Amino acid sequence: MSDKVLYVMYDDDEVLKNSAKKLVAKGVKISEVFSPFPIHGIDPIIGVKNTRLGIMAFLYGLTGLTLATVGMRYFMIVDWPMNIGGKPNFSYLENMLAFVPISFEFTVMCAAHGMAITYLLRNKTLPGMPAQNPDPRTTDDKFVMEIRLSENHGVTEAELDGMLQEIGYLELDKKELK
Amino acid sequence: MEFQITKKAKNLAFGLMGLGALLTIMGVALTASDHHFLTRFMASALISGFFFFALGLGSLFFLSLKYATETGWYAAVKRVIEAVAGFLPVGMVILGVVLLIITLADGAHIYTWMDPEVQAHDEIVRKKAPYLNKIFFWIRTLAYFTTYFLFWRGFRNRSLEEDRVGGTEIHFKNYKKGATFLVFFAVFSSTSAWDWIMSIDVHWFSTLFGWYTFAGMWCSTMVVLIMTTLYLKKLGHLPNVNDSHIHDLGKWAFATSFLWSYMWFSQFMLIWYANIGEEVVYFQLRIAEFKYLYFGMFIINFAFPMLILMSRDAKRNAGILVFVGLMILIGHWLDVYIMISAGALGANARIGALEIGMALLMAGVFIFVVLRNLTKAPLTPVNHPFLDESNHHEI
Repeated sequence: MSDKVLYVMYDDDEVLKNSAKKLVAKGVKISEVFSPFPIHGIDPIIGVKNTRLGIMAFLYGLTGLTLATVGMRYFMIVDWPMNIGGKPNFSYLENMLAFVPISFEFTVMCAAHGMAITYLLRNKTLPGMPAQNPDPRTTDDKFVMEIRLSENHGVTEAELDGMLQEIGYLELDKKELK
Repeated sequence: MEFQITKKAKNLAFGLMGLGALLTIMGVALTASDHHFLTRFMASALISGFFFFALGLGSLFFLSLKYATETGWYAAVKRVIEAVAGFLPVGMVILGVVLLIITLADGAHIYTWMDPEVQAHDEIVRKKAPYLNKIFFWIRTLAYFTTYFLFWRGFRNRSLEEDRVGGTEIHFKNYKKGATFLVFFAVFSSTSAWDWIMSIDVHWFSTLFGWYTFAGMWCSTMVVLIMTTLYLKKLGHLPNVNDSHIHDLGKWAFATSFLWSYMWFSQFMLIWYANIGEEVVYFQLRIAEFKYLYFGMFIINFAFPMLILMSRDAKRNAGILVFVGLMILIGHWLDVYIMISAGALGANARIGALEIGMALLMAGVFIFVVLRNLTKAPLTPVNHPFLDESNHHEI
C-alpha cells in the first residue's frame, strides 16, 4: 500500500507545540514528533498513550527480588551453610536482615537494566541499529512533525497543505512510501 | 479572610477534644491506684505532646527546605505548610509543660537519669551526667524552643509582608534564613531526639537515633500536609492547586516513608549484626514484649505506603492518599509510643484509655489550631515570586 508522509520542520519546540495543537483541533492525526530532547506536554496533544514502562519496572524488580532470594538461600543456607555472626545458620528467615541489602541492590539492578534494555528495544534504538529519524538535524536543533496521509482519511493532501501554509512552518518535506 | 472554619470541622475538633478528655479521665480513674500511674500518665503525655509538636516542627523544616532550595512548585500550597507549622508555638508550650512536670518529679521514672538515687548508684548514669543533667537539659530544650520559635515567627512575618509589598527582596532573605535554619536544625534534630527520647533508655545509645526520629516526623508531616490540602480543595478553596501538586506531595510522603524505613532498618541491622549485649537490649525488650506491635508498626509504615502509593494514579487519588495518610499517622504514633512507653515502663506499657485519650485530645487541639491558622491569611500567597510557576505546575 502506498502512503505519503509529510515532514514539517520547526526550529522551536513551543512553536511546534502550538502548531500541533491547531492541527489536532482541525482533526489532523500527527503520528510522530522528532526532537533532540523530550518536549514537555507534547504527549497529550498528539495523543501518545501513557507508557507502560513503569509496570515493566515493577515486574523486573520483582524478578530481581525473587532471583536474589532464591540464589542467596541456595548459596548461604542450603549448599554451604554460612556462619553469619554466630547466628543460627540453617534458616533463611532468621538471617533475613543480612540478606536485605543484597536483595535491595539486586532488585534495583534488575529493574534498572530491564527498563533500559526494554526502552532501547521498544524504540528500536539499540546500539548499531539504523536511525529512525527523517532528518539528522532533529538530533541537533530542529523539530519535525510527521503526518501520514494513510492515517488522515478525512483531509486531502491539498487541504493539509493549506492548513500548514496558514499555520506556518520552517521546512516541508514530502515522501512517498511504497 | 477567605477560609472560615466550617461548623462541621469545629464540631469534629471539639468532639475529638471532648472524647479525648473523657477517655483521659476514664484512664486516670482506671489506673490511678497503679503504682506506675505517674510514669504512665506522663509518658502518655510525652508521646502525644512530642508527636504533635513534631508535626509542626516537620512543617517548619519543610518550609525552610523549600526556601533554601528556592523551590517553585510549592507556592500554591505554601499557606498550608505555614498553617501546620503555626502549631509549633502551641506544641512547644504543651511539650514544655510536660517536660517541666517530668523534671519536677525527678524524672518520674521516665528520665531515670534525673533521679538523684539512680545517679548515686548507677555508674553509667554518673558518667553521662556532664551532658545528661537537669540544668543542661533545660538549657538545650530552651535553646531548641527559642530557635524554632524565632525562625517560625520570622518566616511567617516575612510571608505576610510579601503579600503586601511583593518584590524579590523578601524571597532572597527567606533563602538565607531558610539555609541558616537548616544548619541549626541539622544539629538540633539529632540532639533534641537524644535529649527527649533516647535518654529514656539511658544506658543505650545509637548515633542515628536522631535521624530516625526526624524521618518519622517528616513522613507524618507530609501526610498531614496532603490531608489538609485535600480538605481545603474539597471545600472549594485553593483553585490553583492541581493534580500535579497533590502528586508531588504524595511523592514526598512516599519518599519519606522510605527514608524512615531505611533508618529503621539501618539501626536495627547494624545492632543485630554486631550483637553486642549493651546495644541489643533496646530491641530485645521491644521484641520480647511488643513483638506484634513493633513489627506491625514497621509493616504499616513501610509496606503500606510502598505498595499502595507506588503507582502514579494512586498519588493523585484523594481517597487513597487519605487512607494511607491515616494509616501512616497511626503507624508513626505507634512508633513514638514504642520508643517512649517501652523505654519508660518496659513490660508494663499498655495502650489504654489514657494513651488513646491524650492522642485524641491533642489531635483535636491540633486540628483546631491549624484550621484557625488557615483563616488568618489568604490561602494563596499573593506576591510569591514563584506563584506563576506554581500555578502552571504540571508533571
